[in-house]
Amino acid sequence: METLPKPEKNKTKYINPYLGGVLMGVVLLVTIFISGRELGISGAVRDSVVATANVISPVAAKESTYYGKFLKNGHHPMDNWLDYEVLGVILGGLLSGILFKRIRKPFVERGPNVSKGRRLTAAVIGGILFGFGTRLGRGCTSGAALSGASTFAFGGVLVMVILFASAFAFAYFFRKLWI
Amino acid sequence: MGPIAINGLISANLNLVIAVFLGMGFGFVLEASGFSSARNIAGAFYGYNFVVVRVFFTAVIVTMVGLLYLSYFGWLNLSQIFILPTYLPSMITGSVIMGLGMIIGGFCPGTSFAAVAIGKIDALFFAIGLYIGIFIFAEVFPFLEKFYLSGYLGHITLTDLTGIKAGWWAFGFTVIALVAFWVTASIEKKVRKKIKEYKF
Repeated sequence: METLPKPEKNKTKYINPYLGGVLMGVVLLVTIFISGRELGISGAVRDSVVATANVISPVAAKESTYYGKFLKNGHHPMDNWLDYEVLGVILGGLLSGILFKRIRKPFVERGPNVSKGRRLTAAVIGGILFGFGTRLGRGCTSGAALSGASTFAFGGVLVMVILFASAFAFAYFFRKLWI
Repeated sequence: MGPIAINGLISANLNLVIAVFLGMGFGFVLEASGFSSARNIAGAFYGYNFVVVRVFFTAVIVTMVGLLYLSYFGWLNLSQIFILPTYLPSMITGSVIMGLGMIIGGFCPGTSFAAVAIGKIDALFFAIGLYIGIFIFAEVFPFLEKFYLSGYLGHITLTDLTGIKAGWWAFGFTVIALVAFWVTASIEKKVRKKIKEYKF
């Protein structure tokens, strides 16, 4: 830590990670205590995809094997608990950014040896893969790995272990993006 | 007794309002812990920053132990909480793909949203990718449906699978987490000495 160059401004001051973990655990506990649900994220992106399909072609969406599953109950596809929660996630991130003065003009964060274009291309490709994977995995790092493992669900532990192991196994091939 | 929304102690609408606040708590912690930076997240896989390991595993053990206490005090009925179902082949495949997506993109869905909130363009591109990826999945779903539903084991817990009580699992995870914190801290120290250009 001492050998590293000091950042120009003190704008990346994060809270203690163990404190962060305890707070995250408490938020998850309260969520389970109140609603009995997981703290998911990717399900809300799915809802937005379903909502889009429903706007573009309501008839085709209702008949589709995938979209149809989420349009049966009649209410708006984005009127779900998860969608309200994810709205909060963005607001909470914004609040922390304001409080710790990390809001700045939009910029691209990247590794020292990667161009902006490559970083953004990689971000889209990574997002596409991750998005596709969440549907097979029944959730992402939040809803499946974190919430699942914390509630002793076998599926949650499975996703947690394999997701991190997979990222570690592929890390060597993508090191130019980060180091 | 909890979960209070399921047991009708609060209205469905109030539950949605609370959802926004719980989400805010989650988003706040993600951002405040440094998960709004793809380089911090990727750091765990190159050894220069293990913040992900610290926050994630602390949260898991706090929740595990917390749930056991809430149940012990009789405040929470664990049989009413959501247990993620297990579909072996599709979830293993999905997790491998998610891991690959995470190392290429540098985020997971939640962290990308927290990062979009503070103005990271790379996170916005990742989030757009998520949307495209899920759209592709929805479109090819008819071809994947059989695979998607195969190997269903039910909403099983570690205890259902092994017969070992939840308390022992919580204890085991706590021990693993403590060892992981100690090991990763020493790796991080060594790796950081070598990396000169990384500003922390």
